[in-house]
Amino acid sequence: MKAVITVVGKDMVGILAKVSSFCAECNVNVLEVSQTILQDMFCMIMLVDTANMQVPFTEFSEKLEGAGKDLALSIHVMHEDIFNSMHRI
Amino acid sequence: MINTSDILETIAMIEEEHLDIRTITMGISLLDCCCGDQKASCDKVYDKITRKAEKLVFTGEQIEREYGIPIINKRVSVTPVSLLVSGCQGDPVQFALALERAARTIGVNFIGGYSALVQKGFTPGDEALIRSIPQALAETEHICSSVNVGSTKAGINMDAVRLMGQVVHEAAVATADKGCIGPAKLVVFCNAPEDNPFMAGAFHGVGEPDCVINVGVSGPGVVKYALSKIPDGDLSDVADTIKKTSFKITRMGQLVAQQASKRLGVPFGIVDLSLAPTPAVGDSVAHILEEMGLEQCGCHGTTAALALLNDAVKKGGVMASSHVGGLSGAFIPVTEDAGMIAAARSGALSIERLEAMTAVCSVGLDMINIPGDTSPEVIAAIIADEAAIGMVNSKTTAVRVIPAIGKQVGDELDFGGLLGGGPVMPVSTISPQKFIHRGGRIPAPIQSLKN
Repeated sequence: MKAVITVVGKDMVGILAKVSSFCAECNVNVLEVSQTILQDMFCMIMLVDTANMQVPFTEFSEKLEGAGKDLALSIHVMHEDIFNSMHRI
Repeated sequence: MINTSDILETIAMIEEEHLDIRTITMGISLLDCCCGDQKASCDKVYDKITRKAEKLVFTGEQIEREYGIPIINKRVSVTPVSLLVSGCQGDPVQFALALERAARTIGVNFIGGYSALVQKGFTPGDEALIRSIPQALAETEHICSSVNVGSTKAGINMDAVRLMGQVVHEAAVATADKGCIGPAKLVVFCNAPEDNPFMAGAFHGVGEPDCVINVGVSGPGVVKYALSKIPDGDLSDVADTIKKTSFKITRMGQLVAQQASKRLGVPFGIVDLSLAPTPAVGDSVAHILEEMGLEQCGCHGTTAALALLNDAVKKGGVMASSHVGGLSGAFIPVTEDAGMIAAARSGALSIERLEAMTAVCSVGLDMINIPGDTSPEVIAAIIADEAAIGMVNSKTTAVRVIPAIGKQVGDELDFGGLLGGGPVMPVSTISPQKFIHRGGRIPAPIQSLKN
């Protein structure tokens, strides 16, 4: 399945590196990344492929969201279908 | 890739605007559990529910984590228990206790279906069940009860209405030491839907399959937020905005329903398109009406605003789901809605206004605290009025009033959790006694003759 990772918070050095290296550790393939900085707020959206993920999905999302909290970032990992079903007919 | 603003919009809806799936309700038929002997029937009821719904809570939580959407309640609805009582005699409360054990085992927060459908008359089983409701609600925590006393096709069974006036009162007395929680789990319907996933009125109708998944969505906060972005739009803009928002909310419900159905191996029934408020700030239907421009919910204009809201919710939602059912519309439970509670406290909202509102939205007089000394005849008359609105307008109406034993107008009664709490509201004490005691049936209206 594909999942969407969103990261919102204050910009700082190494956010992209941290998130993507965690994905690599879990064998999660990053397919697309889009990021913008609005004023000082960092906003990144990643589309990832979790087909060959080595940990259960819930563990992956909990760990990543937990890591985000430590850095005062709001991180969400959600199944791609929720966005597709809500915004596409 | 999906549009960035769409992604952020979805996350804001969930994080800040209280968007959630209110309930995944598994409907289970108990018709094959009735075997003549009550003890054996109760065991079969317990076995069937715990077998069918074993993974309901686990699956709900799994979907919640994977999709990042909160699913507040996982529940079960069953065949009206009066049918089992008719089949094997005995004390109906034994069935309530068996259901309670099953609810505790599988971890759901309510099982609905301690119910009877008596719009035209009672069977002995129906009457025994109805008379046992106060005791059943007092001896259980997770069981919800409902009685259908009227329909557009059958008219109103006024003997049942009179009996329910007593039962509501007795249910409050029987649970007076627990904050009168009994009647908060008891709904009296006219035109009850057979596939409603929302409590306390959920039951699994006899026309339903053996097991089915129904989902109820929510999201008053999302609608209010969307309206706050068009402060100067006219009412056509308001209706359009509500429709679009309702479409998005319902798509999420449809997705969750399909996933739950697939993972549990149970057919998908319906999505109930409802705006169900909670006492949390920012999750109120009354605040949507106020966002439209009313100073406070309950003022003149409230019924019109609610009619617009209810219609737009349905129009937006109906295209988003393959099967729509249940109650589908805006709910107005007073104690469960922060804006309604405030309006009731300030005196802006009266029972008479609420009654008018029930003519244009789903359900009816819902979660209203009334003085504890309100007579059973007055309660019955409240039920009769609501049932008449439902019968004539071919819609579902219901009454869930809570006589607050030992309390008077202005006192507060709190239930906690999703049921909330609020002030005791004034009720007319002019007596309808003679009318209620006449009994018999109010004939079905002419609009029932459609064939």
